[in-house]
Order: sequence, then C-alpha cells, then structure tokens
Amino acid sequence: MELKTKVNAEEGKHDLVITREFDLPLELLFKAFTEPELIEQWMGTKVIKFEGKKFGGWQFETSDPKGNVVFKADGVIHEFSPNKRIARTFEMAGVPFGVQLEVSEFEAITSETSRLNMHVIFESVAQRDEQLKLPFKQGINWAHNRLEEIMSKFKQATT
Amino acid sequence: MNLRRDVFQAIADPTRRAILLLVASQSLTAGAIAANFDTARPTVSKHLQILTECELLQQQQSGREIHYHINAKKMKEVADFIEPFRQMWDDRFNKLESVMKNYKNQNKH
Repeated sequence: MELKTKVNAEEGKHDLVITREFDLPLELLFKAFTEPELIEQWMGTKVIKFEGKKFGGWQFETSDPKGNVVFKADGVIHEFSPNKRIARTFEMAGVPFGVQLEVSEFEAITSETSRLNMHVIFESVAQRDEQLKLPFKQGINWAHNRLEEIMSKFKQATT
Repeated sequence: MNLRRDVFQAIADPTRRAILLLVASQSLTAGAIAANFDTARPTVSKHLQILTECELLQQQQSGREIHYHINAKKMKEVADFIEPFRQMWDDRFNKLESVMKNYKNQNKH
C-alpha cells in the first residue's frame, strides 16, 4: 500500500519535504497553485491577494461561519517559474512559528500525471516540530471541513 | 545513531509499511510474513531486522519459533507526531485533484 502524499521530516532538522504524485497534467497542477479561485477551492481559504510573479505578494484569510478570522497567512514570492518552481515565504499570523521558506517544484511524470515536491524550511527545529504537531492538536482541520462543504454544494449544483 | 530518525526512515519504505500492517492484526513468524510478499526471503528478513532495531516490531520466542509482533507504543509515538500533518496535506491534495479534474472537464467544452 503506497501512500500518495509523503512527508519526510528527519529528527533534529529544521526542514521537511512533502511529495505527492497527481493524476493531473503538469499545467493543471501548477494552475491549482496559482489561480486564486482554484486555490480557494482546495485550500478552503479566502485569497485576499495573489501576485504570481517575482516580488509579488500573497495573502490568505479564513473566517468561521460567524465571520471571525481564524487563519491568516501571508508572504512574498521570490521565484515564479510557470510549470516549474515557486519559491515563497510563508508566515502565519498569531502563532509563534516564525517565517518559513517554501520551495515548490512541479514536474511532469507523463502527459497526464505530475509530481509536486515541496521543501519547507523553518527558522528552528522547535518551530518545525510545533508546526508538525499543529494538525494533531487541532483535530480535524477547519479548512478541510469548509472545503468539504464547498465541494458538497458544488456537487449538488452540478447534479 | 539516532533512533527517532531511523523510525521515520523505517516507515518511509512501502514494504516495511506493508509488514507493519500485516503484523498489526496478529503476531507472525518471519516465514509467514515473507509468504505475503514476492520479495526474496533475505530482503524481508532485512526489513524485519530494521523494524526490530527501531523498536516498531518486537520478537517473542514461542517454543522453537520467533514471532514478530507490533510495538503499539512506539507506533503511536510515530503516528501522533507526523501522521495528522501528512493526512492534512493528503486531504488537501485529494481535493486539489478533484477540483482540477472538474476544472478540466468544464474547460473541454
């Protein structure tokens, strides 16, 4: 049984690597990361700003049904090479995880499949480990719940 | 040698994960485990050795046979640490895949 999404986080290091193979052509995979409407659908967050270019900024924000902001993250894009690579900073508001450097590499496996390699570098080992434990502490992720709502609405609308 | 790091290396291998799944339901001898794989017996033995060294599996002598059983405590330690994070990304990426498949179908017309 092969796991589709792999996370490699070695003990005592301040980085981690997330890899995933997609049943999608490279261009569509890259699009999912760069079109605000699409990012919103799978990340379950509101895209306040996304400038897909060198020195461009990005800003995500998620609110609960009552309108309280529960998640806020932002950063700056350092490299934007279509269908190849995005290097950006990532900082979550209100948590002591510092700023992260995220390097995502996109590559085609076949014309219909592709691979993502996300290298996330933290300021310290402790910050990385806290971030790793976060989903466990949160239990089921709120973003995930919201995403399911959106997708079920979408399904209802299309059937 | 760093034990914790070895645990992560141990579970990074698909055959070793399959062995853990197999042994999770019942303790088995090396021969019984090997019978479930096409892999050569010495390769399976090597995997068992690695899993035992990093304490994910424990050996238990019963008569002339050695049974392997899972070390639930160690497994939980590993799972608690990284698995929810992996799951979170796996869920996100599964959504990404379905969102983009819809997108692809919609843009065909």
